[in-house]
Amino acid sequence: MEKKTKRRDFLFTATYAVGAVGAGAVIWPMIDQMNPDASVKALASTEVDVSAVNPGKTITVLWRGKPVFIRRRTQEEIAEAKSVKLEDLKHPEKDEDRVKNPEWLVMLGVCTHLGCVPLDQKGDYNGWFCPCHGSHYDTSGRIRKGPAPTNMEIPEYKFVDANTIKIG
Amino acid sequence: MSEHEYTPKSKVGKWFNDRLPLLTLANHLTDYPTPKNLNYWWTFGGILTFCLITQIVTGLVLAMHYIAHADMAFQSVEHIMRDVNYGWLIRYIHANGASMFFLAVYIHIFRSLFYGSYKSPREVIWIIGIIIYLLMMAAAFLGYVLPWGQMSFWGATVITNLFSAIPLVGEGIVTWLWGGYSVDNPTLTRFFTLHYLIPFLILGLVVLHIWALHVPGNNNPIGIDIKKPSKDTVPFHPYIVIKDGFALLMFMIVFAFFVFYTPNILGHADNYIEANPLVTPAHIVPEWYLLPFYAILRSVPDKLLGVIAMLSAILILAALPWLDTSKIRSAVFRPLYKQFYWILVADVLILGYVGAMPAEGLYLLIARIATAYYFLHFLVILPVLGFKERTTPVPLSITEPILGGSPNLAAVKKKDSFKDQ
Repeated sequence: MEKKTKRRDFLFTATYAVGAVGAGAVIWPMIDQMNPDASVKALASTEVDVSAVNPGKTITVLWRGKPVFIRRRTQEEIAEAKSVKLEDLKHPEKDEDRVKNPEWLVMLGVCTHLGCVPLDQKGDYNGWFCPCHGSHYDTSGRIRKGPAPTNMEIPEYKFVDANTIKIG
Repeated sequence: MSEHEYTPKSKVGKWFNDRLPLLTLANHLTDYPTPKNLNYWWTFGGILTFCLITQIVTGLVLAMHYIAHADMAFQSVEHIMRDVNYGWLIRYIHANGASMFFLAVYIHIFRSLFYGSYKSPREVIWIIGIIIYLLMMAAAFLGYVLPWGQMSFWGATVITNLFSAIPLVGEGIVTWLWGGYSVDNPTLTRFFTLHYLIPFLILGLVVLHIWALHVPGNNNPIGIDIKKPSKDTVPFHPYIVIKDGFALLMFMIVFAFFVFYTPNILGHADNYIEANPLVTPAHIVPEWYLLPFYAILRSVPDKLLGVIAMLSAILILAALPWLDTSKIRSAVFRPLYKQFYWILVADVLILGYVGAMPAEGLYLLIARIATAYYFLHFLVILPVLGFKERTTPVPLSITEPILGGSPNLAAVKKKDSFKDQ
């Protein structure tokens, strides 16, 4: 007997297809409810007054629940960050591309390995050292040694005026 | 598996049993023929059931007083410790109960490894056990986050960040898990919900674990198939019930020692500091029962590969029934395997030790060697050993070595004789 597509086969396929769409429509809200809600997204930016920060000092501010390091770098630190050859870097980025004003380094104070907060002025490269799993960052916040895969992230920010930074 | 049909004696019992055969089930459980040579390493199944029930009951009570909110969780735990009647006792039982649960499960797992309990026909029991173990680790991690101390917060940060190692979708998954851009209140509330759910999933899997066990019956210290029921077996009740009960009492002494004399020795002092997203504790380590896997994670210098190595270290256990090619179950008759078994035990203990130490210098080197050996054991040594090892003669029954004089060597030499009892 020849196998033909019957009306019943069509009905089965159509039923499965509609059922799958229906199931997807029910499952997606159940998954998406766990994503950041409107109130979390609303807390998107922070303004920081940096007039009291002297060269060689770092302040830490909270932005979206995460620490942001704002460091006023010394001339030696800037020179050190600039002198590094790109081929020596695990995640090659020029220092110039990581700052808007070489004196101010603004970056997420979150280790790119597993999210700990690195310690300031520690480690083998005079920058930051993560105590959790031993990642070393240089004076530009670039990963130099240890398990972290990338440099510490630079958030979106701008200088509102000479003494005020707006993050986010 | 009792072969005979069971009929309740009373009329009411019979009436009920015809409609829902609960009494048949109870009769099966009491009469269940058990190998009579089971030693004390076999009592940990019962001990683990006790641990699960203890955690569920104490957890239920704690949930009546705990507040799952980032601003109040830490205070509510202190409130339990100081104000709630016997709150300190219930919380200490729950917190130390987690450690006792893992202590018992590790003994239970290593008993299986020694006596080959994971081998055919018990693979499904073993795999269900591995799933239970994974769920236990999830429940323990989620529960550790709830007091919202420094270790809670940073432990949650580090573990959820493991998912960021997944290419492309990793960051999205982490944000989804957090419900925000960092571990915060939405994370805490969902962790509490899941922490409450998982023990009941485990309970369901325990039922399946025991069900699957009752199909072939227990393995035993000499690892042979036995005839059931026969003079090699005893009924579960009262013989095993009494033995399990005695072992449980001994276990409860250890449990009570921790709860009443050193309730915080297995925890970290940092967790009595409220969570602070700006400061990571100087030395961050997981609870002791996760340390070997933590050591494996840290021993790999690449983020993604480190996470893969850690997960593989657990999941490789699920493939164990097929990686171990030896037909002989018990290490008693495997002189070489016995030695490798103890090397593996030492290897895991070493991994646990270096997992608690800073990841640098000599510790890192030891961690790398121990990690490499761990995988070598499962992927190379076990498969090869099954073909190369000369095993010693296996008795034909449990009673044979005692009643039948020396083992029947001629029968044993027929390779499959130990199987077709």
